[in-house]
Amino acid sequence: MAAFEYNWDWGILLCTVEDTDTGCIGPYLHWIVEGFGWTISVASAAWVIAFSLGSVIGVLRTLDKPILWVIPFLRSPIYFQTRAIATSKGVVTIDIGWFLHGISTVYVTIFRNVPLLVQLFLWYFVFPEVVSEEWGKWIKRDLPLPEFWTSVFAMGLYTAARVAEQVRAGVNSITQGQHYAAMAIGLSPVQVYRYVLLPVAYRIIIPPLTSDFLGVFKNSSLALTIGVLELTAMTRQIEEYSYQGFEAFTAATVLYIVVTAIVMAAMRVVERRFAMPGMISLGAK
Amino acid sequence: MADTGFDYHIVFHSIPFLAKGMGLTLVLTVAAISGGLLLGTLLALARLAPIRWLAFTAGTYVNFFRSMPLILVIFWFYFLVPFILGFPVGDFYSVLVAFIMFEAAYYCEIMRAGIQSIKVGQVHAGEALGLTYRQNMRFVVLPQAFRNMIPILLSQAIVLFQDTALVYVVGLRDFLYSAEIIANRENRLMEMFITVAVVYFAMCLWGTLQVRKLEKKFAHE
Repeated sequence: MAAFEYNWDWGILLCTVEDTDTGCIGPYLHWIVEGFGWTISVASAAWVIAFSLGSVIGVLRTLDKPILWVIPFLRSPIYFQTRAIATSKGVVTIDIGWFLHGISTVYVTIFRNVPLLVQLFLWYFVFPEVVSEEWGKWIKRDLPLPEFWTSVFAMGLYTAARVAEQVRAGVNSITQGQHYAAMAIGLSPVQVYRYVLLPVAYRIIIPPLTSDFLGVFKNSSLALTIGVLELTAMTRQIEEYSYQGFEAFTAATVLYIVVTAIVMAAMRVVERRFAMPGMISLGAK
Repeated sequence: MADTGFDYHIVFHSIPFLAKGMGLTLVLTVAAISGGLLLGTLLALARLAPIRWLAFTAGTYVNFFRSMPLILVIFWFYFLVPFILGFPVGDFYSVLVAFIMFEAAYYCEIMRAGIQSIKVGQVHAGEALGLTYRQNMRFVVLPQAFRNMIPILLSQAIVLFQDTALVYVVGLRDFLYSAEIIANRENRLMEMFITVAVVYFAMCLWGTLQVRKLEKKFAHE
């Protein structure tokens, strides 16, 4: 016994022109397509930031394995200098590997423990105020598509912390023997990561990385709070204009589900395509 | 008063209002965790049940909700709950239903992993004692599964606590929205949003540290 009457009208999803006879107050189909485009744009651009930055931070987070670092220190001080600082109590040495590890840990801790929406507001409302006046002016006046780029930036940095945790877990799941073997054949620390650890680690973490990408794809809907008219925002707008919210929500739901299904299927193919023989044994310590 | 600089007074004066918002955030979090955990456990049992259509339905439910952004789910239920019930129930309950339905999908996956982590010998031992399927689940499998999953369940609780900030989109006066009201009224966006971020950070960090402590404790046992 629904007291609220609701007249289903799936036709509104096909509205392309304003026409009061059919209840089309706007080109709803165009809105949905356009919103979908923004959703994909925000998610992809944010993912580029998240993946590259997350990989770097994730690698830095694995530098808490002293064995890999101490030996190259002694051999090639060009890569990683140990700084000695004289204090009243004697000489204090700062290990750059540990220092970078510390910074990356702080990054992950901060970005994982503040809600994404709050981070988005900080970047959008607070960041231009606290940077130098010149920068603030540039962000507010000259930055093209400020809402879009702020969303991309905020979501990229937020997701990077998540990607970093996956990369770290992937690298750490590789047996120590691989580190030793790579070092024994004379690879530099950078080469150890580039040719031995990362190629294996990325393969191991394909499934969690996929879900992180889907996470940023879904989280892109938060961009509506600062005025990006992405898919969810468009459905809300259709609801406000036509009172046919359920149809619009259904359309968005279907689009989200379809993209999720496609991405998951594609990544399963990628995973199989790049699988290495005997890889399962690598995960076991 | 000058426009630049961090105005501590406005933060100090808005504490009672913000506390009220935090109250709503916490009530919503606790209610959503309880409901989500209950529904999620039932879903996990359904997914692992030997009855095929039941497992399929539960699986579809989980995949459906895991493919959707939380904001869209909130919008759905914001309009759907009063429509189905036939009378308005207030924003809070609509949002609560949305959170429970959404989070149950995630709790289901955690509980499923927890149940599957129980050695099959335990189930067999229970059967050998003459326990029924239901008794076996109730007294042997689920207590152990819950125990094993406590750290992950708590991590998910922290995620949920952060997610509640999204009630902003329907204008429910939680912690973030309360701060935003003051921020806009007093034109003090910087102070209020930084305060919000610091408070969320402190609470979540505390939670994360508790989870890590539990994990270590469990690893030792």
